[in-house]
Amino acid sequence: MNGKRRGFHPIYLLLVLPFVALLWVPIYNRVEPALFGIPFFYWYQTVWTFLGTACTIPVYLYEEKKRK
Amino acid sequence: MTANPVALTVFLVLFFATAGLGFYATKMRSVNLNDLGQWGLGGRSFGTLIAWFLLGGDIYTAYTFVAVPALVAGAGAVGFFAVPFTILMYPVLFVVMPRLWSVAHKRGYVTAADFVRGRFGSRGLALAVAATGIIATIPYIALQLMGMQIVFAGIGLNFTLNLPVIGAFHDLPLLVAFLVLAIYTYHSGLHGTAMISVVKGILVYVAVLAAVIVIPIELGGYGKIFAAANPATLLLGHGTANNLGPQFSFASLSLGSALALWLYPHSITGVFSSSSRAVLKRNAFLLPSFTFALALIALLGVMAVAVGVKGMPEYAEGYRIFGNNFAIPALFLHSFSPWFAGLAFAAIGVGALVPAAIMSISCGNLFTRNIYKEFIAPDCAPATESKVAKIMSLATKLAALVFVVALQSSYAINLQLLGGIWICQTLPSVMLALYTPRRLNATGLLSGWLIGMAAGTWMAFALQFKGAVYSLDLFGFTIPCYAAIIALLLNIVIAYAVSFIVRAMTNVTVKDETLAEDYV
Repeated sequence: MNGKRRGFHPIYLLLVLPFVALLWVPIYNRVEPALFGIPFFYWYQTVWTFLGTACTIPVYLYEEKKRK
Repeated sequence: MTANPVALTVFLVLFFATAGLGFYATKMRSVNLNDLGQWGLGGRSFGTLIAWFLLGGDIYTAYTFVAVPALVAGAGAVGFFAVPFTILMYPVLFVVMPRLWSVAHKRGYVTAADFVRGRFGSRGLALAVAATGIIATIPYIALQLMGMQIVFAGIGLNFTLNLPVIGAFHDLPLLVAFLVLAIYTYHSGLHGTAMISVVKGILVYVAVLAAVIVIPIELGGYGKIFAAANPATLLLGHGTANNLGPQFSFASLSLGSALALWLYPHSITGVFSSSSRAVLKRNAFLLPSFTFALALIALLGVMAVAVGVKGMPEYAEGYRIFGNNFAIPALFLHSFSPWFAGLAFAAIGVGALVPAAIMSISCGNLFTRNIYKEFIAPDCAPATESKVAKIMSLATKLAALVFVVALQSSYAINLQLLGGIWICQTLPSVMLALYTPRRLNATGLLSGWLIGMAAGTWMAFALQFKGAVYSLDLFGFTIPCYAAIIALLLNIVIAYAVSFIVRAMTNVTVKDETLAEDYV
């Protein structure tokens, strides 16, 4: 089980991004800017369901390319 | 709760036709259900699309459809923690679970405890992991039974039986829910469940998308909906100079739940039933589409408040029995035409049936592999193995039934948070064991597990099983934190410390049957 460090590439930092964006609650615990009347707190988190995916796809593509 | 004949008919036809499809699917494939690998793991055969439906159907449960919107309706912003939770669990799926899948595939492991047994050569540690899995899943199954009970009652199947000796019996919807689940799981196994999870996915999307379009139109837009929300709970409260406050507990609930999720036996069963690592990696960015649906469902909790279903006389009885857990059923009955309400109720009903089936299947797997075969009958035949798993899956459902009756929780979500505290204590043995080569051993992990379980249960007890956020007081500074995280930190520190001491004092090597190349 050695050599796990060998596979590290900065692109994996993308997977850390959602943790920062969602666990640092003060950045989104606010009403403004509202979107279609939905307070920021609610739509920010909802939009992150897509941004989370957007962070994972590049990492997946990188791993696929490396495998070939 | 009087029955509307149209809604009731649509519901019954959809719900029972879907359950029937599960039986049929199993028959059609002429699968040998007397083989545990087939009944309990679907033959490790599911590709990207079926795994998407199966994992989606497995992970998004009555928790999503009933408990989360109930918490949002009753307590406001804090209920939204389920959204970060179900986003953050996907980086974990992407990075960690393929390693576990690989080693399980190479070595033929069916459960997480199988892996722990092989990795550390310890029957005791494997038993601890298996028992924790079963105990943590029971409240989660209880939550599903409660979800089905609410649906049956809400649609009008809430008649009371007058039994001799016992007297009036009110829990008939719960009993029906239990019987459907029990009969279904026994005969169908994971193949049939994969089939009906496709139907579940479709029903859920149709119902949710209709709800988030139709209801705001009726109410005059999202601006009006949020204007009706309680301003005190629209956002999370801020901390003070000596208290980190609700923002911190929100983050801790999200993180703790995200870490706990993949440790649950039903998640691991879903993961192991996938046909390759790539299936899991792809699903780490395909499954968040269900999280989007979850976020919309959470918003329905705000809409239930704006519509004011709680104050309407026709739903008073539902609210009296189920509290805020009745918010979404009441909202559907109020806002949809009867036939569509029937469809939406079927979505919730099947939505609870699928995960409950997988949960009890995986508990059956755990008991059979790691308790029965390990300690009771090592040489049992495959057919006996499968039989024992089926009987045990029934036993866990019975335990869940007792749990529902004994612990009627005003917020069903507490049932899930309680299970989360326990299952988190297997993280070092299952997840950290995938990475740290020789730093952990069975004695250290067992010590950490024991302290983590004791501390977690004690905190839950101190909160009277009514909540999961424990206020930790450190030198006059208060940290309100999900008890699972506090217990897990203690667990990890002790696991590494005791492992270190054991390694320093003895020269017993860990009997690790796995090899580095098994993990990639």
